[in-house]
Amino acid sequence: MASTDADYAVWLRGIEKRFPGVIACAGADLRVRPGTIHALLGENGAGKTTMVSVLSGVYRPDGGEVWVNGQRRFFQSPADAIAAGVGMVYQEFRLVPTLTVAENIVLGAAPGLLRSAEIEERVAELSAAYGMAADPTRPVWQLSMGERQRVEILKALWRNASVLVMDEPTAVLTPGEAAELGLTLKAMAEDGRSIIYISHKLDQVVAFCDEATVLRQGKTVATVDNLDDVDLSSLAEMMVGSSGGGYVQRPPALEAGPEVLALQGISALNDRGLPALADINMTVHSGEIVGIVGVSGNGQKELAEVVTGLRRPSQGRVTFKEQDVTEASPADRYRLGLAYVPEDRIGVGLAPKMSVVDNAVVRSYRSQRRGLMLVMAKCVQFCQDLVERFGVRAGRLHDPVAGLSGGNLQRLLLGRELAEQPAVLVAAQPTRGLDVQGVAAIQSHLADQRADGVGILLISEDLDELLALSDRLLVMFEGRVVAEYGPDVTPRTVIGEAMAGQVRA
Amino acid sequence: MSEAALIGLFVATVQFGTLVFLAALGELIAERAGVLNLGVEGMMTMGAVSGFMVGLETGSPWAAFFAAAAVGSLVGGFHALVSVVLGADQVVSGLALTIGGLGLAAYVGRNVVGERPETQFTDLGIAGLADIPWIGEIFFDQPPVVYLTVLLGLAVWFVLARTRLGLAIRAVGESAPTTDTAGHSVMALRSVAVMVGGAFAGAAGSFLSLYMAPGWTEGMVAGRGWIAVALVIFGAWRPGRLALGALLFGFTLALQPRLQTFDIEVLGLDVSSISPALLGILPFVLTVVVLVIISWRHRHRPSVAPAALGLPYRREER
Repeated sequence: MASTDADYAVWLRGIEKRFPGVIACAGADLRVRPGTIHALLGENGAGKTTMVSVLSGVYRPDGGEVWVNGQRRFFQSPADAIAAGVGMVYQEFRLVPTLTVAENIVLGAAPGLLRSAEIEERVAELSAAYGMAADPTRPVWQLSMGERQRVEILKALWRNASVLVMDEPTAVLTPGEAAELGLTLKAMAEDGRSIIYISHKLDQVVAFCDEATVLRQGKTVATVDNLDDVDLSSLAEMMVGSSGGGYVQRPPALEAGPEVLALQGISALNDRGLPALADINMTVHSGEIVGIVGVSGNGQKELAEVVTGLRRPSQGRVTFKEQDVTEASPADRYRLGLAYVPEDRIGVGLAPKMSVVDNAVVRSYRSQRRGLMLVMAKCVQFCQDLVERFGVRAGRLHDPVAGLSGGNLQRLLLGRELAEQPAVLVAAQPTRGLDVQGVAAIQSHLADQRADGVGILLISEDLDELLALSDRLLVMFEGRVVAEYGPDVTPRTVIGEAMAGQVRA
Repeated sequence: MSEAALIGLFVATVQFGTLVFLAALGELIAERAGVLNLGVEGMMTMGAVSGFMVGLETGSPWAAFFAAAAVGSLVGGFHALVSVVLGADQVVSGLALTIGGLGLAAYVGRNVVGERPETQFTDLGIAGLADIPWIGEIFFDQPPVVYLTVLLGLAVWFVLARTRLGLAIRAVGESAPTTDTAGHSVMALRSVAVMVGGAFAGAAGSFLSLYMAPGWTEGMVAGRGWIAVALVIFGAWRPGRLALGALLFGFTLALQPRLQTFDIEVLGLDVSSISPALLGILPFVLTVVVLVIISWRHRHRPSVAPAALGLPYRREER
């Protein structure tokens, strides 16, 4: 093949990158033509983020070549990549909350002397040129996630990036914002810029993108030059390989048990002191999975926190097994039989630097003590049982949990919460970011617990998961429950509209 | 109490204020860049001893002042190496600087204890203004370091608020990954901030040994470095509030040795019966009170403290 490197905006060739104990990329390729939107697909851990981190100068590859706009590059730092025209929008935004929109946009590419008025005017011109509304004088902490993403894109445009990398750009957006983003990206591509679009939301990939590269286990397994030629299911197959990717079978319907959890007229504020929940009424019965669906940021997090006692409601009552627990501490609620798998596995759920054993007993240590002392042998035994029962591949039990993969962290966390037979389990995004096996394992545990009579409040952004598992599905929008659907199959479009606040009568 | 004693109190207030303001300004730069340096006491002490010795040797207070700044910046450079470049715990490294700095200063200065400098800074009587009663003596007849410090305060404010470098320093104190991916070197920004901060602390130390209490004795900084650290919090990491806080803290420092000579009553309480030691803790009590107030006022928005303060940064960690 003749060298056509000059034809590509980006050519990552045979990229290798190893981390201690993990091979993130094992000779992966990525070729992007100028003026196209290129989807980079793959499951979690397939090496997508590592590839683009090499392109943006954050990681230095252990092997392979980086070509940008026909020139071979050896990036030592993000500054080098920026200078070569690569702009990156990270999944977790790289913005300084206390600085203004304008300050964030010019950071790293500002004139020596800052004249706020002048910079703000130029930023306003830039955002108008691409039809992205953003008030340059507002501090970033006041912005919504969609607005923050616009600031990130403007940051790249301010540096006149010819290649824009977007890592999971729609994960934090409402459906409307996602559609708007698609238009912005199309406009940028028409300008001759190239966009690398990382996602596993296949419907969006097909809607926005021109071409695609599929990664699996650190290698490129497929390249698609024209996305119009393939359908969704074949893309999905390429991503997961032969391992399948279905959800667990819907468990058979059960006779609903007694009510175990009830919320009456619950309102609460978020961390910024703004209303997050408004007059929520709901119940969970024994042996029932109640699914909560909504675009992230519509009160799901605050709902979980109010139920588990981490957030005090401003109004309303929480009843647990017919007992008022509105004022009860999280520890009291745990003792009454309330288990919690939080959204933040690391940090809220598990302490990363503590060992597997310490994390395993941190809830139930009272049963492993003698007098004032913890009995180490009992702790280890408890942890050993848990690791075996829930199939945690944990290596050594006295090593920090930070070394475990996402799926094993979640098995450990779920196992710990279920160890003392709770009556209610609150699970927030329990399968997010896990690989296929991990998802299947967690989902079947949830189904088993339901069969054992546990009442489960399942908060998820994965509609397929909720449709497969839930006995009832509640839709949250702007802090309210706007719709409830029974176990009968409801069209996804109807639920989607409810998630956007449009409820059909 | 006499008018002269009262004017003396305010003259000393300005000088003590200058002392803690200069040191705190340096700490403010480092903390705004995200590096906590608890070595201010040690850096000031090293500045005090080296400034005094260079002064003895050269007879030039300015040479002494800048030599002290250079030494302070070098000591700060050690903290930068350990905590910024090598990523060690900033608290441990800073405390080591204070403990080690005090010891090293005692060793270096063992032969000059009790000596007197031949020359020192002379007060600048600013023409026309110095003759104003009260105000003139308090504000316009002070040594040049006082005015230099005021200029430095304005300069730090300007750089932080109005320049590309200042924006980068503010950003790196809030989020190192953001600043890194924006194309600034986290290591360079933080190292420079810590070294400039060290220079300010060293210079402040020499103001003490060259002018305020000419001479060198072990432990002569006497906790003023810690007051400077507290002052940064009291000033909510903003240069303007820092200046106001410096005058307040300077007043308590100036009042301490004079308190028992004052023959006045406040609210029926004989002022001279208050223990100076009690007065000595006032800056720290005030700092805690202010900290509680600003935390409360910011409960629904980002904290006033730089968000990345105390957090080391390594790029390829995952």
